[in-house]
Parts: sequence; structure tokens; C-alpha cells
Amino acid sequence: MRNLIAIVAGLALTAACGGGSSGPVKASEEATSGANAQINGAGATFPNPIYSKWFSEYNKIHPNLKINYQPIGSGGGIRQVLERTVFFGATDQPMTDEMLSKAPGLVLHFPTVLGAVVPVYNLEGIDAPIKFTGSVLADIFLGKITKWNDPALVKINAGVKLPSGAITVVHRSDGSGTTFVWVDYLSKISAEWKEKVGASSSVNWPVGVGGKGNEGVSGLVKQTPGSIGYVELVYALQNKISYGAVQNQTGEFVNPEVTSVTAAAAGAVATMPKDFRVSITNAPGAGAYPISSFTWILLYESPEDKASGAVMVAFMKWALSDGQKMATALGYAPLPDALVPMELEQLSRIKVQ
Amino acid sequence: MRFMGRAESDLGFRIGTGAFAALVLAIVAAIGAVLLRESILSVREFGLAFWVTDVWDPVAHQFGARPFIWGTLYSSLLALLIAAPISLGIATYLSELCPSALRQPLIFLTELLAAIPSIVYGLWGVFVLVPLVRQLETALPDWLRATPLFSGPPIGLGMLSAALILAIMVTPFISSLAREVLKSVPRTQREGAYALGATDWEAIRVALSYGRTGIIGAIMLGFGRALGETMAVTMVIGNSPTVSWSLFSPQYTMAAVMANEFAEAVDDLHLHALIEIGLVLFIITLIVNAFSRLLIWNMNRQTQPTKAKLQAAAVGDAA
Repeated sequence: MRNLIAIVAGLALTAACGGGSSGPVKASEEATSGANAQINGAGATFPNPIYSKWFSEYNKIHPNLKINYQPIGSGGGIRQVLERTVFFGATDQPMTDEMLSKAPGLVLHFPTVLGAVVPVYNLEGIDAPIKFTGSVLADIFLGKITKWNDPALVKINAGVKLPSGAITVVHRSDGSGTTFVWVDYLSKISAEWKEKVGASSSVNWPVGVGGKGNEGVSGLVKQTPGSIGYVELVYALQNKISYGAVQNQTGEFVNPEVTSVTAAAAGAVATMPKDFRVSITNAPGAGAYPISSFTWILLYESPEDKASGAVMVAFMKWALSDGQKMATALGYAPLPDALVPMELEQLSRIKVQ
Repeated sequence: MRFMGRAESDLGFRIGTGAFAALVLAIVAAIGAVLLRESILSVREFGLAFWVTDVWDPVAHQFGARPFIWGTLYSSLLALLIAAPISLGIATYLSELCPSALRQPLIFLTELLAAIPSIVYGLWGVFVLVPLVRQLETALPDWLRATPLFSGPPIGLGMLSAALILAIMVTPFISSLAREVLKSVPRTQREGAYALGATDWEAIRVALSYGRTGIIGAIMLGFGRALGETMAVTMVIGNSPTVSWSLFSPQYTMAAVMANEFAEAVDDLHLHALIEIGLVLFIITLIVNAFSRLLIWNMNRQTQPTKAKLQAAAVGDAA
């Protein structure tokens, strides 16, 4: 695709200016390679608000360092890291072994913050949060539970007068890390889901309509009586949509909030793999919200540009300490304390000389 | 010498403009070649089955484009069915019947519709059109809802909303082109009709018939735009790869699936399948354009003998 754009743009340029002056372009290229360090990254859209905040705050402390981030999606971020067209990548789903084996060097994963995905719904006249279990959510999204007063829903929502209307399922139409977290959870809970649908950033949905982006899904849910969808926690909080509590491994119904998401990560620290490539959906531990996930920054262990590597390591240290304090205000859950030393250890492996 | 210089400059002019024309061909060929190269994994894996199978499952690595091809063609044709008569009405009124004080404001307003970005149409679609369509859907009587054209849950999102929004988006294009075509019909055509005692309606029919090649061209241009429209459609069509005649069923288009899944496609085969969708759209657009050329050519050919006969008759009368 990049080749296509390059060819078309090249032809268009030739046609438009007939090989005329390209002075301004050159000038700006020279400026970037000067004394001021500039680092480019690309990837997931989900952490873009906090990354933008971090990079701008870090730039205030170190005015000569500029980190650019393009939120082009996790897939694009991984591809650009593999091709080394950006210095760092960012993703909402860890790279698979197959992808890692394609990389020209060892790629390290660094969890930065946490997010959660929450079930949102539109049921008029019901104020109390509806409770869901994983298997009920899976059955709704498989099209097996089609009415709000299905016995399975009534059983776990004693005292709530559920309507008899049909359930309209709304899912994301665009490939997204949010979808990945949601279906990854459903795959862990329901064998049928795992077999029929599976987990990926885009899947073949058995039922429902697709809305584009968090705003598309929340817009549809808000408008459609009897609908259910899923959005990022940040989004549900900002837009005041009703969202439900989900039962975790210990049997409690947990409301999604920053503390219950961090609790899910804390529950996973004990069994954390050395490379941090871990899914924390359906995490063990009291008070853990089960549909939570890390988001990662990707860095090469042995970067080609050592100077940029040193800048990035220093930035990551800052992000893991001071940066974490900015997370909650933007709706992200900060990393559990126990994880930070483990990440600092991995950071020290990056060869900056 | 002077003559030679002139011939040389003529030659230079010819080569220069020829090169620009060739550039268009080169761009089309380059796009086609790159699309093919970047989708080769999927082309090899699925072959022609890509065009006719229904399953689009990135997890299972199964990709078939039929629901997207269907959704694109169906929504665009429905949009034309709505937009073409309205646009011709607008064009005819503006060029033939409109009081001159009203003409410029009306032209300005229809052309303003063309300047609205498609994301704005999409948002308007989601927040205004879709709820209206939902109301319409729930208000339909049950016997009508039982027919295949109107079956499915009344969600509002779906083929009808997509067709309506596309119709609104292509109307300004078709109507302003058709108006230009009608403007270029020689006055003598209308005067001739009036001289023979034609009414306004009959004179306009003469003008429309004279300009029909251009009008068909205008409609085809609108069709091309509808085929490629992405953002507004994906926001209202429901994005569910289904092949259905139902206007209420959520469906999907080729441009929409590319826009939706491209950024997050990590798997090579998924990426190649998405680019192959682009290739399919490219081929279908070429076919549609070729078909419209053929239609116009055929129409012109059919009119030739009639003209000759008319001339012969006129000569006969004079004699």
C-alpha cells in the first residue's frame, strides 16, 4: 500500500510541478536531523491520549527532545516496527511468536498503562447496573440469548425488572484492540465462542450490527432501545452510558473502574511471563475486573540508532514513574507497583552503546 | 522556415499533450499493478472463489468478497434509483423553467450539498437519518414486513439508510452535470419544437432527448461516486457481511470493509485479502465505466439511421 501511495504521489508531483523546486521539503528534513533529537513511533489508537500527554509533558522537561506518535492502529504499528520505519511501536495485543520471528532483531514488550472494556446497554427505566457473567455475554454475542428477560439474565439480576424486548447486539466494525480484549475474554470463558469465532482484532460476528469506533458503538447503543455493545471504560465514563458489572473468577460482580482494573493486573503479576506478553482477561484475584488489558510499547533490544535508544530508555523510566500519575485523570489504570521494577530490569537490557 | 517552425511547435504541442494523456493510462496501470502485487497471497489462495464465497473470517483465514460486492452494487443502484429522477427534475427545472431570480440561489444550494465532507453526512446519518428510518421501519404494517424486501429487525441501520444517504450525496453531482448538458442543447432544438406547436413539456422532452448521452454520462458519474463512497456509508449500513434483498438488513460495502479493517490487519493474508477487495472494486469500476461507454456508443449508433431517414424525408418533401 505504501508503494502504491508513493507511486501515485510521485506521478502526481511530476505532473503538478514538472520537476519544480522541492525546497521546503528538503529544508524541514534537514532541521530534524540536526542537534535536536526526534524520535518517531506509531501504533495503537487506544493509548493515544495518554501517550500524547506524556510526549508533550516530557518535551516540556527536555525541550530538545521531541517524540512523535502516529496513532495508526496496532496492526500498522507492528508492521512499521518490523520494517524498522519507526523507532518504536505500540500495540493493544502482544505480538505472536510468528510475528516476532519475522522481526530483524529481538523486540521487547513494555506494558505502559491498562484499560478495560465494558458492556454498555440501553434499557429504559433501569437504573441499577445490570450484572453479567462471561457465559451470558458470550451467549448474547453468539445469538443464543435473544431476549432481555432470558432466564439466565433474570437469575443473576434478582430484583431488577428486565423487559421482554429483543436484544440488539452492537459490535465494532473496525479492527480494534478493544474488540481483541472483548473477544479474548469471551474465548477464555466460552468454549463455543473460542471454536466458532475466536479472538482477533476483527472477527466474523455471528450476530449484530457494526458501529465504527467507540463513538459509533456508543452512538448506536444510545439510540437503539434494547441494545448491548462494548466500549472502552474511558469512553463509557465520558459519555455517561449505562454499563454493567461483570462476574470475575472469584464469583464477585465487579464494576469496571480504575482500581478494579489495576487489581486485575496485580493479580497477574505473580504469573507474569518474562517478556510481558500476557493477556489479563479473566484475571484471578479479589476485586479484579475481568475484561482488562495492558497496552504495550515495542522497542528493539538492540536499536540501530543508539542515541535515540538512550533517549527512549530515559523516557520510559520517566513514564513508569512520574508518567503513571497522569493515567487516572485520563481514564487509564496505572500499572501495579510490583510490575515497575520488572520492567526497569528489562529496560536495562536495551543496548544503548 | 516559418512554416517549419510552426510545424515543429505543433509537433511539440502534440507530444506534450499526448504525454499528459499517456500519464493517465500509466497511473491506471500502476494502480492496477500495485493492487495485484500487494494482494497476490490472497489471489493465489482463493482464486476466483474470492468473488463468490460469503465467509469473511480473519481468525480462520477465510476470505470471500461476495457480500461486499453485493452490498456495494445494491446500495449504489438503489441510490441511483432514488437520485436519478430527482436530479433530472432539479436540472430540468433549473435550466428550463426556473424564474431567473431564483436560479442562482438554487444552483448555489445544490452545489453546496456536494461540498459537504462525507464524514459530516455520516454523522448526520447516524443521528438524524437512522432514527427516522427506524421509525419508518417500526411503523410498517406486519404483512409488508413479511416480504423479503422489508424483512429483518427494525434497527434503522442498514441498506435503506445507506441508499438514502448515498442518494443525497450523488444528487448534486448528477443534477449539476445534467444542467450543464441541458444548457448546451442548441436553442434551435427548442425553437424548432415550439415552431411545430410543441408545449413546454414536449420542448423539454426534445432537449432531454438531444442531451441524453450527456445525461447518461452524468448518471454514470454519480454511480461511480456511489460505488466508492466510504465514510458516510460505513457509518449507517450496519457493517455486517450479509447478502440480502432486504432494505432493512445491515449489510457491508467494499470500501467500508477496507476502511474498517486495514489499520488493524496484522496477518499477511488478511492484509492481502483487503487489498484484493480494492482490486475487485477497481475492476468493477472499470467494468461499469466500460459498460456506460458502450451504452452511449450504442445509443448514438441507433440514432444515426433515423437522422439520415429524416434528411431523406426532408429532401423528398422539398422536391
